[in-house]
Amino acid sequence: MHRTVFKSRWLPYALVAPQMVVTVLFFFWPALKSLQLSLYRVSPFGDKSTFTGLDNFTKLLTDPAYYASVLNSFVFSGSVTVLAVVTALVLAGLATQKIRGLVIYRTLLLWPYGIAPAVAGIIFLFIFHPAYGILPYFLSFVTAYDFNWLLKGWVAMALVIVATAWTHLGYNIAFYIAGLLAIPASVIEAADVDGAGPVRRFVSIVFPLVSPITFYLVVLNMVFAFFESFGVIDAVTKGGPGQSTEIMVYKLYRDGFIGLNLGSSGAQSVILMAIVIALTVLQFRFAEKKVTYR
Amino acid sequence: MPQTKPSRRSALTALVLVAAVLLVPATPALAKTEIQFWHAMTGQLNDAVNSLVRQFNDSQSEYEVKPLQKGNYAEALTAAIAAYRQRQAPNIVQVFEVGTQTMMLSGAILPVYQLMKEQEIAVDWKDFIAPVVGYYSKDGNLYSMPFNSSTPILFYNKDAFQKAGLDPTKPPQTWKQVEEYSKKLIASGASKCGFSTGWPSWVQVENMHAMHDQPFASKHNGFDGLDVELLINREFGVKHMAQLAAWQKENVFSYGGRRGDGDPKFLSGDCAMYMQSSSLIGGFTKAATFKWGTGQLPHYGAPYKHATSIIGGATLWVMKGKSANENRGTARFLKFISDTNQQMWWHVTTGYLAISNSAVKNLEAGYHFKKNPDQFTAFAQLTKGTVTPNSQGIRLGNFVQIRDVIEAEMENIFAGKKSAKQGLDDAVAKSNDLLKEFAAANKQ
Amino acid sequence: MSAVDVARMERAGVRAAVTDAPRRWRIPWSALLVHALLIACIAVVVFPLYFAFVISTQNIQQVVQRPPRLLPSTHLPENYVEAWQKSDMGLMLRNSAVMAVTVAVGKIVISMLSAFAIVYFEFRGRALCFWMIFVTLMLPVPVRLMSTYEVIGTLGWLNSYQGLTVPLMASATATFLFRQFYLTIPNELAEAAQLDGAGPLRFLFRFLLPLSWANIAALFVVLFIFGWNQYLWPLMITNTEAMRTVVIGLEQLIPRSGTDLPTWNLIMAGAMMALIPPVAIIIFMQRWFVKGLVESEK
Repeated sequence: MHRTVFKSRWLPYALVAPQMVVTVLFFFWPALKSLQLSLYRVSPFGDKSTFTGLDNFTKLLTDPAYYASVLNSFVFSGSVTVLAVVTALVLAGLATQKIRGLVIYRTLLLWPYGIAPAVAGIIFLFIFHPAYGILPYFLSFVTAYDFNWLLKGWVAMALVIVATAWTHLGYNIAFYIAGLLAIPASVIEAADVDGAGPVRRFVSIVFPLVSPITFYLVVLNMVFAFFESFGVIDAVTKGGPGQSTEIMVYKLYRDGFIGLNLGSSGAQSVILMAIVIALTVLQFRFAEKKVTYR
Repeated sequence: MPQTKPSRRSALTALVLVAAVLLVPATPALAKTEIQFWHAMTGQLNDAVNSLVRQFNDSQSEYEVKPLQKGNYAEALTAAIAAYRQRQAPNIVQVFEVGTQTMMLSGAILPVYQLMKEQEIAVDWKDFIAPVVGYYSKDGNLYSMPFNSSTPILFYNKDAFQKAGLDPTKPPQTWKQVEEYSKKLIASGASKCGFSTGWPSWVQVENMHAMHDQPFASKHNGFDGLDVELLINREFGVKHMAQLAAWQKENVFSYGGRRGDGDPKFLSGDCAMYMQSSSLIGGFTKAATFKWGTGQLPHYGAPYKHATSIIGGATLWVMKGKSANENRGTARFLKFISDTNQQMWWHVTTGYLAISNSAVKNLEAGYHFKKNPDQFTAFAQLTKGTVTPNSQGIRLGNFVQIRDVIEAEMENIFAGKKSAKQGLDDAVAKSNDLLKEFAAANKQ
Repeated sequence: MSAVDVARMERAGVRAAVTDAPRRWRIPWSALLVHALLIACIAVVVFPLYFAFVISTQNIQQVVQRPPRLLPSTHLPENYVEAWQKSDMGLMLRNSAVMAVTVAVGKIVISMLSAFAIVYFEFRGRALCFWMIFVTLMLPVPVRLMSTYEVIGTLGWLNSYQGLTVPLMASATATFLFRQFYLTIPNELAEAAQLDGAGPLRFLFRFLLPLSWANIAALFVVLFIFGWNQYLWPLMITNTEAMRTVVIGLEQLIPRSGTDLPTWNLIMAGAMMALIPPVAIIIFMQRWFVKGLVESEK
């Protein structure tokens, strides 16, 4: 990709400096401190710490429950990403049509993103609760199947996937709207003249033009689902029933933040980071080739 | 006007004076010493804490306790630890009962009995209710001040009982009766299920073991050492869990989730009986649309002894490293809240247990329990049973995670994925690992 | 000439005559169909919030009854007033607003500069910088919490606005977005600017910035809400009531000890009030989504 660049000796460094300072001070320094703990066994108050080498890692990698949580994470993150990105594209597409009342529609679509994650979890608890939830109530008229997610693992997983994707929908829609609006009207008109139907128009014109944003959103949704999605799970299922909704980041949260086992949560972070970095590198390597920037 | 250049010397003097004023903190002569108190009480309880603190602050003029809500129990504890490491810890922090072992071994706390001794404040330790203080004492000395304690009791729907032809003044006392009543309730359509429970591990495993004089863990439930193992997969544990699983199939028992997630099952009338913390009495009074009553937790009867139940809740821990002046304020605050009058007020306002026998006596004398008979159930359960080594409490490291493990396996059992024995065996195996980990990290 | 080529030319400054209506891509569907689809989708997407609103208008007995009600009840005023007073909303709204705006603006500014440097310069360590910035997405917050607290403590920023906002600026979302966007800008634009004798900074402010408004709008909305909804970090780092944020106040209404019955109606009332500023920002920012497209500069 040939790119025109500017020439300067010092300017680029000056431009990246603010972000690098913040990043090093408030990310790398704390991150290294916490990751370092993965090699130790520490007491909660930090007064006793013993070097244990790779013990924390071995314990995790020989625990079948840990592998179950890895699998859960992949299922969870993959589903949330696909659901949130695809739905967002469809909705953003509808919200950039030439119709009236767009500001209202867009506001309504973006509005759910503003709600605090823990509160969102509670709302979904209300909607899905087997005892007093509104959804099971209506479903009971349709089918006799008991969607009791307190005991059925797959129902609980479906519930947290939908709830988490819902909280992130507005984020994706915002960026898709920006991206779709940037497509010049004349491009669409040109395609009209060519006689392309709406589907073909979407597939061969719109989709490639928003592919940079799609790439961006897929990577970020995946990262979000792997790293930041414990709020909903904590509010609703707490990893249950059994361990069916225990994803890696939630297990990490419980072990480190609540159980105060900083050594194990440090080790879990290292493994989680390694997995997601690998996934991201793969995406940049392979998927980015398909992105049309220009 | 002629401009005279200010001489450098006078400018410098002015600067030094200004700096002196700004940088040297003025110590006002009669400032109150602040006592930082971090807690995890939310909603109405938060209001109650603020009120209690205000009462203390108004009663004297040397100290001002500043309460700060710091999230839930886990968040408050983590915040306290982080602050402690920065030497910015609060004076008092509220920690849940399952964090007792962590706090005791932390080296960061000042035991309450020691604080009172150092500050020469007399406390009538013997007046405290044994099961409550027993949980937080080592070698007979109290380490943290009980603050909000409760014990699980049975709630039952009187209207539903009536409809099913049961005597609404007689809650079931044995598990056999629970089963009988449940079947009648379901058959008559008075309710969909017989009973449910909140806090599955605390109520159905910890308390059931204690009340039947069965050990929950070795080494005297963890009081005697760190090399502990769980014993919940023995005959009694398996028997009760298998029974619950069987009942789950018949709707005699209906699992409602962890913590207080099952509350709506009772409030909506789905389940006619419910086992939860006694502190829910206030909430149920406001939210229930039917007549209800309370009773003690059901018992299997012979051959098991009828022991007391154990408490849950949180206590106040005093952090080390504070000045003697601040410690004095802390001690006076703790003494204040453990006084009979405050105990009575706290119980009446929040529904949490009063921790001293004198407070209970006074409440009785004031006909409080005649007017609020449900409030007495919890006290009765704690004081009328036999106190045995198995019913004093539980002290384990990593207890939060152990509860999670137990509840996860319970869910597997109720869903039919594992048999009761298998599930409990797995829970014990995982928990023992956690206990070993804790022991290693806290080698004394 | 493919449509993508047309797009390139459009962006390269060979812009079509400026229309006074925001550009949209037209599809010859009847507008009615689009309206219908939108309304149906929105009904599903917004239902949870509608339900929350209904709960905020009920009293506690109505909340737990079965079957659940779908229409608002009459207790709105008292619930909202009580929730406002219990959590001291006024002060917290201000704190949250300061925090959210600072974080959003701070992030946008430093990210725009970094992304510009990474895309438009070739310098030693460029790839390293990008990946270092990018990797900040990869570490979960609960793990960083304690150590970041120590760093803030060392800097003496505990319980301060700086401590509250600056650590939240260490993130790559905005940088990554700007990078994506800058990569779509045709070379011709930069070449033309260089030929004109414009230096890099002038190029940034005169050419790139006007084109970026839609993205900045989206970013501002998203970052503002991100800052607005922060819970764990402000909880850890604020030690006085005066510094607390809205979400902390909201969570204080939610009993988590499991031994107190949640007053769901008050919680939902609080949540609804906490939503108002984010919604206001969303409405306000809509203008900016289309601002960049109506620029008639150069």
